[in-house]
Amino acid sequence: MLRYVVRRLLLLVPILFGLSVLVFFWVRALPGSPAESLLGERATPELVQAYKERYGLNDPIYKQYWSQVKSWSKGDLGTSVATHRPVWEEIKDRFPATIELATAALIFAVGLGIPIGFIAAKRYGGPVDHASLFVSLIGISVPVFVLGIILKYLFSVRLGWLPGTGRIDVTITAEHPTGFYVVDAIITGDWATLKDVLKHLVLPAIALGSIPLAIVARITRAAVLDVQNEDYVRTARAKGLPPFIVDRRHVLRNAALPISTIIGLQVGLLLSGAVLTETVFSYPGMGRWLAEAIFNRDYSVLQGGILFVAFVFVFVNLAVDLVYALINPRIRYS
Amino acid sequence: MRGIAVKIALLLAACLVTLGVAGSGSGRGTLVFGGSADPTYLDPALVSDGESFRVTEQIYEGLVQLVPGKTTIKPELARSWKISKDGKTYTFFLRRGVKFHDGTPFNAAAVCANFNRWFNFKGPFQDASATFYYQSIFTGFRRNESKDLGKPLYRSCRARGAATAIIRLTRTNGPFLPSLSLSAFAMQSPTAMRRYGANQGELRSGVFRPTGSYAFEHPTGTGPFRFVSWKVGEKVELAEYKGYKGDNKAKLARVIIRPISTATGRLQALQAGEVNAYDLADPAHLSTIRSNSSLKVINRPSFNVAYVTINAAKPPMDKLNVRKAVAYGLDRNRVVQSFYAGRAVVAHEFMPPGLLGYNPRVTKYPFNPERAKSLLRAAGLTLPVEIDFWYPTNISRPYMPNPKLNFEAFAASLEQSGFKVNAHSAPWRPDYVAKVNEGSAGHLNLIGWSGDYGDPDNFVGTFFQDYNPQFGFRNARITRLLNQGEAEFNLKKRAAIYRAVNREIMNFVPGVPYAHTRPALGMQKRVQNYIASPTGSDRFFPVSLGGQ
Repeated sequence: MLRYVVRRLLLLVPILFGLSVLVFFWVRALPGSPAESLLGERATPELVQAYKERYGLNDPIYKQYWSQVKSWSKGDLGTSVATHRPVWEEIKDRFPATIELATAALIFAVGLGIPIGFIAAKRYGGPVDHASLFVSLIGISVPVFVLGIILKYLFSVRLGWLPGTGRIDVTITAEHPTGFYVVDAIITGDWATLKDVLKHLVLPAIALGSIPLAIVARITRAAVLDVQNEDYVRTARAKGLPPFIVDRRHVLRNAALPISTIIGLQVGLLLSGAVLTETVFSYPGMGRWLAEAIFNRDYSVLQGGILFVAFVFVFVNLAVDLVYALINPRIRYS
Repeated sequence: MRGIAVKIALLLAACLVTLGVAGSGSGRGTLVFGGSADPTYLDPALVSDGESFRVTEQIYEGLVQLVPGKTTIKPELARSWKISKDGKTYTFFLRRGVKFHDGTPFNAAAVCANFNRWFNFKGPFQDASATFYYQSIFTGFRRNESKDLGKPLYRSCRARGAATAIIRLTRTNGPFLPSLSLSAFAMQSPTAMRRYGANQGELRSGVFRPTGSYAFEHPTGTGPFRFVSWKVGEKVELAEYKGYKGDNKAKLARVIIRPISTATGRLQALQAGEVNAYDLADPAHLSTIRSNSSLKVINRPSFNVAYVTINAAKPPMDKLNVRKAVAYGLDRNRVVQSFYAGRAVVAHEFMPPGLLGYNPRVTKYPFNPERAKSLLRAAGLTLPVEIDFWYPTNISRPYMPNPKLNFEAFAASLEQSGFKVNAHSAPWRPDYVAKVNEGSAGHLNLIGWSGDYGDPDNFVGTFFQDYNPQFGFRNARITRLLNQGEAEFNLKKRAAIYRAVNREIMNFVPGVPYAHTRPALGMQKRVQNYIASPTGSDRFFPVSLGGQ
């Protein structure tokens, strides 16, 4: 197991190298340059040219890449041209928000997706099954930002039930020692803030979690349908075990492997979906930050942010692979 | 299993009911305002963007201020001032008993400390990304570190007693006094700046950034609100400064400014009661705001100009008759009436009405296709004359809500007038603006300008005082008049000079101004006494919140 983990960690090096090349050249393939973004619309051509000369933007691209790699190797991800803050500082501020949102979306998707898929499989061919398929289809087909706008309009603007902007009521003054507002509110025992933070999570989490929910529900349904006709399930039933025990010990446990695989893959979807969700809900996370960086040609933010997200994604996948072994003892890594 | 499903459903419903109480609102005495982005940082000498100034306008005061809702100046920290006969010495008589938020006194020594700080900036602080406005007005530092910088306007500052500061300039300069209303030249506490490292900064990958904590955690002025906290991406919080001495005492206990990047997001936050007011309203949203009985629209006085650039460096635009043909061929009335929802007037010159030197008697060019065609023929050209016309995409500016519509209408009217228009477009930033600035955006392009402070130099001086590749021409008479206007400090004489400049410009036709617009803010009706500044630098001190 340890050798496997070390090997996977070593694989990170070529993956990150490949990504760094891709991101570096992709960002530079975008028209325009950060000089204009930084200097603003009042920049004269002379100022823009002087900036490019001074900061090597006129150098050959391989030289620019090499100089970038040297900075990265020192742990310097650069500075945002839009906010003038170091990229690493921005990540530290915004990453907890995105993780909190992605976790809430995942809880929503898994918490509802597994029961829906399970019930649909148990009622195979019936109206509940058809309804679940229909809901799944809608969940997969409706783009995240469209659903986000609808939810926001309905529950925030029209009904006024839930906030549709930001992470917390701005009139609340609260301590945020970890940056994870839910955790912070629990640690400090500030239940009013906890309630407010949860309220702010509901709509973006539903929007972001809608596609994973549909996928989890469909995979669960398929996996349960597969497993419940296996010989060992039939044997368990023949032995007279109560249906609840059969479902829990034999059906769900064996269906869990494909479900956990798909949940692991959803993490990537949640991180990319956050770009749109956070923009719609003005949620101060990595997604909105990266979206704004594209418009600002903020090279450092795009490079640093994307590399960081990729790094997280690879780690999450490794964690998911390791969890397989816990779920299914037949899997052994060597 | 059915039981479990029912329990889960009940639990979710309970959660939603528990959480789903009324949307968050703001307490009495707290104004929650929606801006479009975070401030860059809160040292006004080092920023040039509107969202930073939105905050610094509340924390700091200048020697002079704009009359609310206007572009003329009146005293603020200076009770009055006197200008020497040679126009190079300004004596400011200061308000007494004023204290910075850190308790240190505001006096003549503090004024000199601020002026000397700007003058002595070195290293990264001389970068344009750090001191844009200082460089625009004062042109140079004590020791310039770049050949692009000019001879400094500032010579010295002397404190005579506690309440008189004497500023000496190296030359006469008309924009000097009005520009002191800019937040960039607000007075900051010398003690706080020293204590929290305001003069520490670095350039990393070409981006200036203060490295001390002053600009992020300890901005200290004399204004009606003091800084409380700033959480990036979330809010800047200010509280009433109880020790405030002056005419601008705050009526609100607290102000919270939050960044919401899209106009739709800001509108929805207003509708949901998550903000009390917001800026940069999309004109398309105004009817939605007006249709809500608890909301209202506030108009910002016009202080901008939308215009069509004519690049005289690209033949045949080097011919005056062709430029005049363009002016006659643009149906400006139609564009303003069709696409500005009654929020604009047709512009006839490159500065808004009401500004010093505005000339109502410049040559006007009403839409006249036949006249345009005859001018083109007189220029020796065969019709149709082929031209490249650029417009920006993915952008809505206060002076140009929908550039594509403007472009299409203008292209149609030009085609009626003997031109054949080749359409080109590019995303606004950085591509389009860069092309316009470097003079590579065709014969014609759509662009505009919003003023920073109430001085004609900020409009026509910016466009035409020096050679500008955007317009691609040199005109010695216009340059001479603009140099005179900049150097003149007598208001009557300045007004006459700028009237002459405007007449001269519109005879030369370096472009065609077509609209002055009134941008809008959306707010709850309970927000009272909000006065929108033409420059966008609104102050919140007179604002109060009525009952729901």
